[in-house]
Amino acid sequence: MKLIVLAVIVLTVIAVAQLMRVYELSSKLRGHREEDINLKTNNINAGLMLVFITVFFGSTLYMLWLYGNGGLPEAASEHGVDVDWLYGVNWIIVFTVFFVTNSLLFFFAYKYSYHPERKAYYFPHDNKLEMIWTVVPAAALAVIIILGLMTWNKITGAPSDDAVVVELYAKQFDWTVRYSGEDNQLGYADYKLVNGENPLGVITSDNIDKRIAEIDDLIEQNQTRLDGIANGTNIASAANEYKLQHDIEKMGRIKQRIIKMAEAYNDSIYSKANDDFTSKSALFLIKGKEYQFVLRSRDVLHSAYFPHFRAQMNCVPGMRTTIKFTPTITTQEMREKTGNKDFSYILLCNKICGVSHSNMFLPVIVGSEEEFQAWRNDGVSTAMIVSSAVEVAEELEVEEPAMEAQAEGEEAVVEGEGGDHN
Amino acid sequence: MAATAAHGHHHKESFITKYIFSQDHKMIGKQFLVTAIVMAVVAVILSVLFRIQLGWPGESNSVLSFFLGDTWAPNGVLDRGMYLGLVTIHGTIMVFFVLTGGLSGTFSNLLIPLQVGARDMASGLLNMISYWLFFLSSALMLYSLFIETGPASAGWTIYPPLSIYEEAIGGSGQGMTLWLLSMTVFIASSLLGSLNYIVTVLNLRTKGMKMTRLPLTVWAFFITAVIGVLSFPVLVSAVVLMMMDRLLGTSFYINDAIVGTELLEQSGGSPILFEHLFWFLGHPEVYIVLLPALGLTSEIVSTNSRKPIFGYRAMIGSILAIAFLSFIVWGHHMFVTGMNPFLGGVFVFTTLLIAIPSAVKVFNYLTTLWKGNIKYTPAMLFSVGLVSSFITGGITGVILADSALDIQVHDTYFVVAHFHIVMGLSAIFGMFAGVYHWFPKMYGKMMNSKLGMVHFWITLVGAYGVFFPMHFIGIGGAPRRYYDYSVWENFDTNQYEMILDLNQVISVFAIIAALGQIIFIFNFFYSIRRGQVAVQNPWKGNALEWTTPVEHVHGNWPGEVPEVHRWPYDYSKPGFEEDFVPQTTPIGAGEEEH
Repeated sequence: MKLIVLAVIVLTVIAVAQLMRVYELSSKLRGHREEDINLKTNNINAGLMLVFITVFFGSTLYMLWLYGNGGLPEAASEHGVDVDWLYGVNWIIVFTVFFVTNSLLFFFAYKYSYHPERKAYYFPHDNKLEMIWTVVPAAALAVIIILGLMTWNKITGAPSDDAVVVELYAKQFDWTVRYSGEDNQLGYADYKLVNGENPLGVITSDNIDKRIAEIDDLIEQNQTRLDGIANGTNIASAANEYKLQHDIEKMGRIKQRIIKMAEAYNDSIYSKANDDFTSKSALFLIKGKEYQFVLRSRDVLHSAYFPHFRAQMNCVPGMRTTIKFTPTITTQEMREKTGNKDFSYILLCNKICGVSHSNMFLPVIVGSEEEFQAWRNDGVSTAMIVSSAVEVAEELEVEEPAMEAQAEGEEAVVEGEGGDHN
Repeated sequence: MAATAAHGHHHKESFITKYIFSQDHKMIGKQFLVTAIVMAVVAVILSVLFRIQLGWPGESNSVLSFFLGDTWAPNGVLDRGMYLGLVTIHGTIMVFFVLTGGLSGTFSNLLIPLQVGARDMASGLLNMISYWLFFLSSALMLYSLFIETGPASAGWTIYPPLSIYEEAIGGSGQGMTLWLLSMTVFIASSLLGSLNYIVTVLNLRTKGMKMTRLPLTVWAFFITAVIGVLSFPVLVSAVVLMMMDRLLGTSFYINDAIVGTELLEQSGGSPILFEHLFWFLGHPEVYIVLLPALGLTSEIVSTNSRKPIFGYRAMIGSILAIAFLSFIVWGHHMFVTGMNPFLGGVFVFTTLLIAIPSAVKVFNYLTTLWKGNIKYTPAMLFSVGLVSSFITGGITGVILADSALDIQVHDTYFVVAHFHIVMGLSAIFGMFAGVYHWFPKMYGKMMNSKLGMVHFWITLVGAYGVFFPMHFIGIGGAPRRYYDYSVWENFDTNQYEMILDLNQVISVFAIIAALGQIIFIFNFFYSIRRGQVAVQNPWKGNALEWTTPVEHVHGNWPGEVPEVHRWPYDYSKPGFEEDFVPQTTPIGAGEEEH
């Protein structure tokens, strides 16, 4: 097979080379020069310009008709409606420019193709014309800028006082939701406290104690191994020995930082975490409530992207970024509107974050207050609402190699957190 | 000057000093071009490989096995990590090695001395070093494709912390180290080149060559070099800081992160800092890529329309305006990074301002064509293609510059479509146009024009076929850098089908367009050997390069460097027999300059 392919390629090359020889000889005989484009060829190219623009515009319109909205349903959030309206305004301007300038370009390219009897019009500049096409775009852009900034300020403005605070915690390659509970305040968190039992690093006195105990354990284990090396019961390379020593020192420093942190915060903030609860199976939102999302990342950059709600914000390690929106259409309503009974909202990761980047997602459900309570209390109703989505989400979790050790002990379904620790 | 020329004539050069370690700007330009063509071929093959995965996700393909073997394409299915590696290296090579090094390196070197009337670059030695650093960095980048842990795969923007830890992604090990090394060398090359271009344009213009008589090509190269000198050093610093984070345990870009299972002590830095530094180069880089292409086409459009370029001073003004604005718009890449929204608003304003000089350029092109007498050489065809892609890609920039709209399509295929059309296509069209137009000046031969026309039409249709449908996928919210779109099965199967269909169409066009480039490669190398011998001024152009002999001589002009009396765009000027008036023709009695 490979031989045949190779043979075909070689023969093609030889054939083309021979054809070129023929072409060369014939053009030599005719006295043809490459830079002289004859009238016929020139006209063919000019004609193709018209053909091209017709086909191009035709297929643009066809695609607009088929895929105009990119397959996205209408905006399911309050500000999303504004964003879509702004898109509408911009599309009108953009498409006008697109069609007019491209038409002019290809029409001129056709109309003014070479003719031996015509001489081009010597027209080096015209201040009036240039003024027109500086001022007109400037005016159009002024409109775009003003409308754009008005919408932008609305989107990024401070959330209302009764906005529900929810944390989205990203890591390779899944999302965890932490609801702030009755007090609407998230417990503080710190990456130094992250371990199997406390995957989000929430700060409570219990978590601090457990983490310190864990670090002490680690230090002790390393020390035992080091001692073993020293008295010959344990064999390790110098590099390993160095690593053990290094880890002991590092964990010691981290322990000191944790203790300092605990002193700084004292007990005052711990209670905020009491009523927090987490979910890794879905993000449930109540229709009509404003949500203020606080985004965190454990490892690398991620981006929380809600295409149906027209919202996106990066998750940055060591930073808390925020984004807010108010869902306005429930999952059920959207399924009816789209006529797609399996439709579900989604949270995607939209910043390259590693090999399984394209598998990092979380189903989003929008429902009523009662449905939310039912979902929180009872995992079964979750399964009903998000149907197949959750199953796949759980399957994927098993496949993920990274963070396995840390992720142990995390539960897939809603998990009360604060209650356990205090 | 004259002494140098005389010296050049009598001195017989050895093979090595003539073809390899040459200090002659024309030879260096050709070296840049051939290296860039090799790099472009690699980058195109990489793109075809990942387009196969996107078009037919998860299907076994013998092309993938052939190129990637069992390691990176087990059973002919592309490895997930390698997918990201291919995307990363494709982007890096195209942006830096083909469209920066290749475009500026080739045409600034070839044309600046010829068009300003200089014997050579200000420093032939630095120029030679510039090329060899470029060669070295290209070799390093290619080498990184062959190491065990794979090439850099954090995207061409190498955002930390992903690019810092091998535990986060395999390519961030040795592959990223090589990437950073390669880029550092590349930037050194680019800076040496740029400084040389600037000095040459400022100091070595021939008698009568006022700045306002320079061809727009030279203006574009000149301003491009200035942008490069001001922005590339910032990338070097970003790269060096990243090296320190990776190798010395500093924390410029790291804050409170846990990578793999290891809790990092490095703390207090900011990943956002890198984004600022990167885009402070990254956005001007767009214009480093674009301006030379616009300069080349200005010249070609005017020559082949047999008409002066419309609004010469406005064209220069818009180049200057674009160059200035390009430094204060980088934040529009960062609307959703957590940057202060007020700052975002400022960047919306400055970014949208760029649309004004861009619009001026487009309308000036259109007016140049209007009432022209257009000859469709392959170069002219590609120039028309450039104006079209500049329009089509440029206007979607208006959407992306508007932060309120950007949040919806940020990092989706809409962005991919936008920058590939406005930057990728425009620049590569400009580059093709330049090669077809100045090939006689480079090799003293003519390229086959029929093949050039076929090449153009396949490329134009293929390229639009690839990038236009991407807008729709992006509007639908499909993120870029996804290995496949199977997550859609979980929430919207209708849209999933649309994405699959469009991706397949795109991949088919990508393969057609890639195969179409074989015509060009063949035409290029065949014509070097066997092309028709060129005449001195085949396109009947006005600029100085067409007054040099076809056969290259060291020092460019055998005798005195000619004196310049007018701008280079006196085409079809009333009162002249011919439809072109070379710059060396003195202004006649009672004639107005322009």
